[in-house]
Amino acid sequence: MRKDDYQERRKHLANLTEEELEQRFWELAEKIVDPLIELAEKHTSPSIERSVLLRMGFSSLEAQAIVEGAIDRGLLGKGAGHLVYRLARDKNMDIREAGLKLANGEMWEDVVAAFKGGAE
Amino acid sequence: MELKPNEKLDIEEILKDLDKYRPRRRGWTWREEVEPRKMGPFEYYDTSKPLKNSQPLPAAKYFKNIDPQPKAVITTEIASGRFEDDIRRMRMAAWHGADHIMVIRTAGQSHYDGLIEGTPQGIGGIPITRKQVRAQRKALDLIEDEVGRPINYHSYVSGVAGPEIAVMFAEEGVNGAHQDPQYNILYRNINMVRSFVDAACAKKVMAWADMAQIDGAHNANATAREAWKVMPELMVQHAINSMFSVKVGMKKENICLSTVPPTAPPAPCMRLDLPYAVALRELFKDYKMRAQMNTKYMESSAREATVTHVLNLLISQLTRADIQSTITPDEGRNVPWHIYNIEAVDTAKQAFAGMDGLTEMVQIKRHEGELAEKVRELKERAVLFMEEILEVGGYFNAVEQGFFVDSGYYPERNGDGIVRKIDGGVGAGTVYEREPDYMAPVTAHFGYNNVAQYDETAVDNPSKLIGGCTFEDPDKIIYIDELDENDNVYVRLEETKELRKTSKLKPEMEWLGDGVILITLFLPVEERVAEFAAIEIGNKLGLKDVEVIHKEIMQQAEGTRIELKGRVDFTIDIDELVIPPKPEVLTEDEIREEIKNNPMTIVAATVGEDEHSVGLREIIDIKHGGIEKYGIECNYLGTSVPVEKLVDAAIETNADAILASTIISHDDIHYKNMKRIHELCIEKGIRDKIILVAGGTQVSNELAVESGMDAGFGRGTNGDMVATFLVKKRREMKNEN
Repeated sequence: MRKDDYQERRKHLANLTEEELEQRFWELAEKIVDPLIELAEKHTSPSIERSVLLRMGFSSLEAQAIVEGAIDRGLLGKGAGHLVYRLARDKNMDIREAGLKLANGEMWEDVVAAFKGGAE
Repeated sequence: MELKPNEKLDIEEILKDLDKYRPRRRGWTWREEVEPRKMGPFEYYDTSKPLKNSQPLPAAKYFKNIDPQPKAVITTEIASGRFEDDIRRMRMAAWHGADHIMVIRTAGQSHYDGLIEGTPQGIGGIPITRKQVRAQRKALDLIEDEVGRPINYHSYVSGVAGPEIAVMFAEEGVNGAHQDPQYNILYRNINMVRSFVDAACAKKVMAWADMAQIDGAHNANATAREAWKVMPELMVQHAINSMFSVKVGMKKENICLSTVPPTAPPAPCMRLDLPYAVALRELFKDYKMRAQMNTKYMESSAREATVTHVLNLLISQLTRADIQSTITPDEGRNVPWHIYNIEAVDTAKQAFAGMDGLTEMVQIKRHEGELAEKVRELKERAVLFMEEILEVGGYFNAVEQGFFVDSGYYPERNGDGIVRKIDGGVGAGTVYEREPDYMAPVTAHFGYNNVAQYDETAVDNPSKLIGGCTFEDPDKIIYIDELDENDNVYVRLEETKELRKTSKLKPEMEWLGDGVILITLFLPVEERVAEFAAIEIGNKLGLKDVEVIHKEIMQQAEGTRIELKGRVDFTIDIDELVIPPKPEVLTEDEIREEIKNNPMTIVAATVGEDEHSVGLREIIDIKHGGIEKYGIECNYLGTSVPVEKLVDAAIETNADAILASTIISHDDIHYKNMKRIHELCIEKGIRDKIILVAGGTQVSNELAVESGMDAGFGRGTNGDMVATFLVKKRREMKNEN
């Protein structure tokens, strides 16, 4: 709870011109938003990964299954679309074929091996 | 497929081959040709290109049926729960002037982690699915061709499936969407980290599709206990979403602030709301304004809501509204009905037409007095709010400390703000750090994306890795038709088949065949008695699900106004109706022209022992729109005039016609009088030169003609109908001679 201390708080703003005040408004907005943008750049989520798979030509149901498979195996940080792409490339399959395998719970061992095994 | 104005839209046609449908365009469309123009007898300053087909305002008939279209895009929000019925409402709204159709989502969709498919029925909105979106966009393509103006289709990119919904919308040609992570956090209790991470990706997709974005700040108005006190915070919320969107890559001209005048009468709302509107538009001059109407203080009175909304429109006119949203005046009492969507659109169209060019004459006192002080104060309070957000360590900390939707007038704090925890809410703990080799081979993907590990040349075009994604090649979209065999459009259409395919008819407010009707009554008893008496009346009328949806005290003892809804469970067969042919009415100009070239004189009286004068005066008097206004010379002889005197007067004045009014019908005296007039005219040798017209509440045309008249006019007759008859009959007689 706090009383309205606007008159006290505004002292440092009192002498700003209208333009300066508006400029300050937008500078502050930028400062608030910048860390949120950085956070978003570095993270992903199940919905984001499903949205990638939709764009790669999978249905919502297929995308759901692939993302769940990736989460279960700790691979979402690689990108769900990446897993499909990598499997298709490594096994010389087309994208849709590879994704459907994963959606059906098949060939995950190949994906896990590609990302976690070997030199990595 | 093309719509014909006099034919119903065929939903089955819309559903046919839906799997092959592709949207004709992406992106938002603003109104075109906003420039001064002449319409009818007037010069307009603030209108846009007229429609090819439209339904003008009722009073337009006095002004050559002009239908001036405001410069702002006009929104209507549609939310019945059945998309197939909503499509018909969209067409009606488009004809009245809506070009932004906003589809409300079903309750609970924001917590659904994924896309919903098929066509299940919704509650207070529809489950937004690819199939429904596609069907509605396809229907809107036809409707926009019919009215001659692009129609923007809009829904919501919020909740825990935001990025997926954004992709689906981009693929399906949706033109605008609400997107504001703060809305998720504050009102849907979705985890704040998830909300911002998802929002960036969703916004990037929206930016690619050139969609207009509407933010969610106005919800603070609707939620705060004292709505006008959250004004500084509203500007902060707008700023956070706007700046976040710009940084993601959205164009400022696609970012629309959802802003509501916070107060409503009996508060002195203009004085409170106007400085806020001015301050906001100055701070956000590069952004678009989506002016919403007040919902916070809406009760069940449609009249009261409409007055508030007109005052909101005055603010839009005095300041700026790029999109004018409309709120249906029945939103305070039920999920909006067809007719109230149309009323709301017409309220905006009517008010804007009436206020056209107002700022040529009326100006806001921007630089002196109360408004100038308030504008400055609001901006400063908003700046102070943001300073404190940064002082406590940023946005997430501020939310955890209940900064938002506090009812205090910032910097005042009442400690009743909405508190959310960084590790709480729906979807908490579902955000994953992108690893160094994270990769997504698609277009419009926001954030870190290590494409270079596979192909350096694909860095600017990641979908090159897969030969293009659905954004480049829509044939890659996987379309799901239905998932639930019991809850889908085909089952519903089967239930309404009789009403669509036969001559059976039922009234409706929301859905085809819902049978809902509304009855307005006055009951001369106090409020509570009136309410229960009204329900009993509804029951006795045979209505089902009777409910009082509005009551208003006229005087606590003298009586109460009641609005009662109920359902009829019968159908009628329109093939069995006896519908008399529609009377033909000439235009005012046509009648005037004829009378100018060939002056006409009539004599008129109420005949017999009959003192009624109102009806005949209505037909004659210029102030009631009677035949005098066309220049017809009228000799009115009064009431209880003997028929002989009336015929003699016609001979003396060389009249073209006799208008005999006869109200009393006891013993068929009215028809006997008509016969006498006819016979007298024959006796005096003028019958072939004179037109005989009888009128009265009990007069039918058939019996009047049988009684020797040329025409009879009953209840509901207007001057223009009589004038039309006189002019046409005289032409006919001239041709015969």
